[in-house]
Amino acid sequence: MLLHISTQDGRPIYQQIVQQVKYLIAAEQVQPHEELPAVRVLAEQLLINPNTVARAYRELETMGLVYKRPGAGTYVSDTGSPLSLRERRRILCGHLDALLAEARQMRFELEDVMALLKERAALLSAEPKEGSKS
Amino acid sequence: MNVEHFPEQENGMDVVCIEGLVRRFRRADALDGVSLRVRPGTVHGLVGENGAGKTTLLEHILGGYRPQAGTVSVFGQDPVKDPVAVLSRIGYLSEERDIPGWMTVRELMRYSKAFYPGWDDVYAEQKRNDFGLDPGAKIKTLSRGERAKAGLLCAIAYRPPLLLLDEPSSGLDVTARHDILEAIVRTVADEGRTVLFSSHLLDEVERVSDNITMLHHGKVVLDGSLDTIKENYHRATLRFGGEPALPLHLPGQRAASGHGRDWNVLFTGEEARFNAEVAALGAEVTDRNVPTLEEIFIAETGHSA
Repeated sequence: MLLHISTQDGRPIYQQIVQQVKYLIAAEQVQPHEELPAVRVLAEQLLINPNTVARAYRELETMGLVYKRPGAGTYVSDTGSPLSLRERRRILCGHLDALLAEARQMRFELEDVMALLKERAALLSAEPKEGSKS
Repeated sequence: MNVEHFPEQENGMDVVCIEGLVRRFRRADALDGVSLRVRPGTVHGLVGENGAGKTTLLEHILGGYRPQAGTVSVFGQDPVKDPVAVLSRIGYLSEERDIPGWMTVRELMRYSKAFYPGWDDVYAEQKRNDFGLDPGAKIKTLSRGERAKAGLLCAIAYRPPLLLLDEPSSGLDVTARHDILEAIVRTVADEGRTVLFSSHLLDEVERVSDNITMLHHGKVVLDGSLDTIKENYHRATLRFGGEPALPLHLPGQRAASGHGRDWNVLFTGEEARFNAEVAALGAEVTDRNVPTLEEIFIAETGHSA
């Protein structure tokens, strides 16, 4: 599991970990029941405070994305769909907001953006991507 | 300037508890009513410019100075009255790294061992190996980074419950800094151990600290849990309809920069109140971010670290 922590990002480090693990689960780069690195191992690897890693794991556990085995490690939950529709929407909306802001700055009308989206989607349709409508 | 406090929940006795500490020198360096609490099992970062009072504060924890006013307690003891009880539980790396240059690394390790009953030979030897220190090399022939690592080795080899580091990575190259940070992370990963370190490198403070205390001209300007601080500070990019009246006075504002119609504002507290005021002034929030610790530091002190 490869994570990247940046203090330039601004967001608290535990949130960056939560976010990235969520993405990895959503993208199925980590499988259900796969073990996450031990708190200490991840802390040393990322050179961050172990308490921060522990906090991130606790948040992920509260969200039901991972579970702990007493005396063992932390594992990815088998929740069927790893992220709820609402959560996936929220992630996608973040990207859409950025796209719309950019489009507005460059003076594209919403219709132009939609037309471009369809055009790009058609180009990519030879290799269908996973994902849902927003 | 008012102090921003973001306290964390209580549990266990404070490793360090300082209340209203005052120290005046004829020179500028002084402490002016500083309070600080270091929670057990946490990494506490002490942040401030050179001359902000960081080293003077650490000297008080080591019992090197008697408080002119206020109290200092370490593991519940007074470090001036009971230096043995306190010092035997602290691993200390000073900024000067004042270790005798004529000794070899091996001699330094033997010498340090004599002071500390808890010295762990296996651990010390393993660290020496990890740090790539030649046991036969004289301290004075070592590079800056190697000397820092030798000092760090002596500070951690008896597994002290409190590790005190004064500007541990100041003037070091990237690899030596990496080793120091790793030692901090490992120390706290061993249950119950606590780290207090001073630094002007806000990037590394942000990486490893649970809590921070920001000193400026001998006063605490910001204190508390790093996560809570980050949740309380916001940066908004504003675009005004016309040129706003200056200086800007927005709710919770800590700093503002910009010109004409475009401004960056750093603020604390409720976003709704801020947004309402922005809207009332006919401005629009075009971007919103969490500021870095560096930006918060500059906002609170008016200086870069």
